Amino acid sequence: MGRVAIIGVGQTAFVRGYPGSIRELAFEGFKDCMIDAQISAKDIDASIVCSAPEYDKQRSPSGVFAEYLGLTPQPTFYVESLCSSSTTGVKLAYSLIKSGLHDVVAVIGFQKMSEISSAESQERMGRGTDVQWESPFGTMMPAYYAMFAKGHMEKYGTTLEDLALIRVKASTYGQINEKAVYRKAVTLDMFTDPNNPMSGPVASPLRVGDCCANADGCSCLILASEEKAKAICKKPVWILGIGSASAPVNMTGRKGFAGLDVADIAGKTAYKMAGITPGNVNVAEVHDCFTISELIAYEGLGFAKPGEGKDLIKSKETYKEGSIPVNVDGGLLSKGHPIGATGGSQVRTIVLQLRGEMGDMQVKNPEIGLVHNVGGVGLYANIIILGRS
Amino acid sequence: MAKKEVDDRFKKFGTVSFTAITKTNDFVGYLEQGKVMGTQCKTCGLQFFPPRADCFQCLSSDMEWFEVGGKGKLLAYSKLQFGPMGFEGDLPYCIAVIDYGDYKVFGRIDKNLADDEIKIGMEMKAVANKLPNDQLNYVFQKA
Repeated sequence: MGRVAIIGVGQTAFVRGYPGSIRELAFEGFKDCMIDAQISAKDIDASIVCSAPEYDKQRSPSGVFAEYLGLTPQPTFYVESLCSSSTTGVKLAYSLIKSGLHDVVAVIGFQKMSEISSAESQERMGRGTDVQWESPFGTMMPAYYAMFAKGHMEKYGTTLEDLALIRVKASTYGQINEKAVYRKAVTLDMFTDPNNPMSGPVASPLRVGDCCANADGCSCLILASEEKAKAICKKPVWILGIGSASAPVNMTGRKGFAGLDVADIAGKTAYKMAGITPGNVNVAEVHDCFTISELIAYEGLGFAKPGEGKDLIKSKETYKEGSIPVNVDGGLLSKGHPIGATGGSQVRTIVLQLRGEMGDMQVKNPEIGLVHNVGGVGLYANIIILGRS
Repeated sequence: MAKKEVDDRFKKFGTVSFTAITKTNDFVGYLEQGKVMGTQCKTCGLQFFPPRADCFQCLSSDMEWFEVGGKGKLLAYSKLQFGPMGFEGDLPYCIAVIDYGDYKVFGRIDKNLADDEIKIGMEMKAVANKLPNDQLNYVFQKA
């Protein structure tokens, strides 16, 4: 059985209040991808629609999108794994192609979070954990990740300034990414100025500036079999490895609070499948829903030893010119985090990097890129390794 | 333990409960009596907190209750200054995880404990608690 390639990528700008319905949002992401892939809807054998439920009212959005995008009568279905929904879609598309069932599969990830208020959104996200035993205490995503920030600080001496440096890096690239929701500069001073919104407390020790923003957006990817990819795509990007894992949903099942086992396991699986080591990765997109999440990812993916993630950001090794550029498109922190669209957007960035088409954010001549996409509070993880050849 | 015809006692758990009916409804009955309880599998002896009606290890549903007693160590916590919908009135509050050795407990830290007294690794105990809206939960106090 041949390899599987990504032959088209697209996304909408990630915005605060998309002025249209979810099918119209999906159309924008899909159109961007179809122009990139230079194919039409009839060339797509199946579609997978990915989002986290309960942000909009539509049940089973896959059928609605298939109709609106002209993807009927081909099969379509919906998949969710919270914030990692669209990389779960990639994994399924890979499987459908690898099995020989289909040759060309579209993965459409979307979220329109602006239909509900921020407090409602925190409640929805808080219910992506254990609703029976944890949500009744008033949980929300920033507070869970704050426990990991505290755990990491306690174990390794990581500081608030180390975390702020991650946000400063994100804003460096968010300013030049036209698709990003947050386009302004962020400086270290903002985190120490009590009058600056960035320093505002959310859930200790995390501040406003440590958290990514809600956004509306859609990402779209087209995956194809080796034969099809070679026939219709000038610059296919190949899937070299996929690793996935799950962890106990309740925090009482976690071993510790200085890392995410789920991503560590998924990473090892992906590296093994691709036959590479962390040192072979030239550019990465990691799930920086919070600053601490990126720091933990450096360590979990083996870019730094446990506890030494802070040294990578302090020495700017994860900037575009560094030894392992990470999130040089602004990451979730600056791009925004429209839950179901996020993983697809990360994959899009790495594909464009490997094609040499990332413009001002382009890393020098990368051969291998990695996507790290985490769902819930380290509940699900998908790590995807992509290569130019 | 007295049960209503439709046993929806779990509606009483936490500031806002998202579950009404569970086979572990007695947990709320015990909270009313001032006890924080977990379950233990009678077949293989595995202890569970939060309590479960079913054991994944041996697939038995023959469970008995045990009291979460003694002391645990504070493993992780965070103080929320912003809350999800329905919890605004409780702010600020701390969520935390306590490690009892054989099991861990997720919950809230008692509001009466000052911020500077809270330290990772400190000894704490879980205590049943009545909320201002007549709901029930448990909180962690200094042991």
